[in-house]
Amino acid sequence: MSSSKKIRVLVAKPGLDGHDRGAKIVARALRDAGMEVIYTGLRQTPEMVVRAAMDEGVHCIGLSILSGAHNALFPKIMELLKAEGVDDVLVVGGGIIPEDDIPGLKEAGIGEIFGPGTPLDEIVEYIRNNVKI
Amino acid sequence: MSVTDLVEGVLSQKRRYLARLISLIEDEDNHALEALSLLYKHTGRSHIIGVTGPPGSGKSSLVTKLTAEFRKRSKTIGIVCVDPSSPFTGGALLGDRIRMQEHSLDDDVFVRSMGTRGHLGGLARTTSDAVKAIDAFGKDIIFVETVGAGQSEVEVVDVAHTVLVTDVPGSGDDIQAIKAGIMEIADIFVVNKSDLPGADKKATEINAMLDIDPRERTWRPPVVLTNSRTGDGIPELVETILAHLKHLKETGLWKMKGLQRSRDELQELMKYKLTKELSQKLQGKPEYEKAIELIAKRETDPYTVAEKLIAEFLFSESR
Ligand code: B12
Ligand SMILES: Nc1nc2c(ncn2[C@@H]2O[C@H](COP(=O)(O)OP(=O)(O)OP(=O)(O)O)[C@@H](O)[C@H]2O)c(=O)[nH]1
Ligand SMILES: [Mg+2]
Repeated sequence: MSSSKKIRVLVAKPGLDGHDRGAKIVARALRDAGMEVIYTGLRQTPEMVVRAAMDEGVHCIGLSILSGAHNALFPKIMELLKAEGVDDVLVVGGGIIPEDDIPGLKEAGIGEIFGPGTPLDEIVEYIRNNVKI
Repeated sequence: MSVTDLVEGVLSQKRRYLARLISLIEDEDNHALEALSLLYKHTGRSHIIGVTGPPGSGKSSLVTKLTAEFRKRSKTIGIVCVDPSSPFTGGALLGDRIRMQEHSLDDDVFVRSMGTRGHLGGLARTTSDAVKAIDAFGKDIIFVETVGAGQSEVEVVDVAHTVLVTDVPGSGDDIQAIKAGIMEIADIFVVNKSDLPGADKKATEINAMLDIDPRERTWRPPVVLTNSRTGDGIPELVETILAHLKHLKETGLWKMKGLQRSRDELQELMKYKLTKELSQKLQGKPEYEKAIELIAKRETDPYTVAEKLIAEFLFSESR
């Protein structure tokens, strides 16, 4: 019986910035698309993000950063996931992230980055099509 | 990951395996049942504490503070928080974890969020199995936070040994906020947000209501005031919880509850299995469809047909 299988997503805000509007809007959109969304709130360290993702058994981690700390925090999270042997979780990001930084982040293992103004449907579609479930 | 790996992983306290097992349980995967059947003999050791009460009354905050207090006493903790899934989309926003950040890196605390996935009663259909998995993993105490409850969300009583019912001051002049159903399942009443005006009044009201409770019982639910922001009243609540546990053990209620639970569980499982097998066997069969037509035409009746089909099913040798 796999009919009840649900996509589970952790939406987290690593770092210190308090811009949570985008994260909350994305969390709600994913819920409305039928996913189970675990929202952990502000000020998450990379360790906290990885621990929550593992305990909650999520298929996708969505990170939101508008402070400019993405180049440090995103790769750190990918590193910790790798150290834990997690290789089947899709990681995506959003917020204020300059174009130039995107290739480096993808190199580090982030699936996709969504900037301001991204239609929510596009985010939903991407996650649906790329999670390993 | 094979079932054996899964079981060994859980028994050797690898939380990744526990997380994986709970996912399989939630998805009603057959491997989960195999694993649970192997793990069953390792369950029955945790003290399971249910926390229920109106939305926003502070259940998650309370669990966080109780966890801190039990951790001071070197107890290991599992937490299952249930939030409602949308009946329309099946999606859910699971937000209880926000309040539990202070324990997020404690190796001896495991937190898991669950959506109800269409189940009514305040829990998910699979919550009791998720609790069993954490029990087998070896946590001393497991908190089960229900969805914000009204009067019919009382299923937690079938899962927990000790049920805390939370309420807050000023929630209606009479005992409105805690509705009849959930009042009756309380082992301990918690008036949370004791910093707000009216906390004593609320406690008095609950006590007055307990005075006229006609049921005969050996344990009168105590009323404890807490502030889950500052932690005021939390040590007292922990003492009250421990007193309740002692009461359960001393009066033999612990054993009786266990027996009752095993009975309910077995019956529930048999019902589920039988229904499934029966409908698998009958679905699409021409005689079955024919019988349904005849019932609709009033040429026969469902009572007779049900008797006959079940008798045939139970006594058929080919099964
Ligand atoms: C609103 C806002 C605020 C509000 C925040 C309210 C809140 N609770 O969120 C307030 C007024 C508090 C605020 C404060 C500050 N802000 Co401000 N703020 C903004 C502003 C104008 C809009 C942000 C917003 O909410 N957008 C709406 C949401 C829906 O869009 P979004 O977050 O981008 O999300 C979309 C995508 O990015 C993506 N996405 C986002 N997250 C995620 C996550 C996942 C998983 C996915 C898949 C997608 C995704 O999808 C969303 C939908 O399309 C931006 C400028 C801008 N135009 O972006 C500045 C901005 C982000 N702020 C900025 C700054 C500097 C600050 C302050 C430091 C200002 C100050 N000096 O005090 C403070 C810091 C506050 C703090 N504690 O961190 C800068 C950041 C500069 C940088 N990164 O280099 C910006 C870019 C303004 C600027 N041009 O300078 N701010
Ligand atoms: N003043 C005061 N506020 C409190 C107290 N305990 C919790 N709160 C606040 O009440 C709000 C709800 O708390 P939660 O712990 O999320 O309540 P909950 O019952 O788990 O909520 P749901 O799971 O959504 O039903 C939060 O803003 C808390 O900070 C308290 O003792 N005093
Ligand atoms: Mg809660």
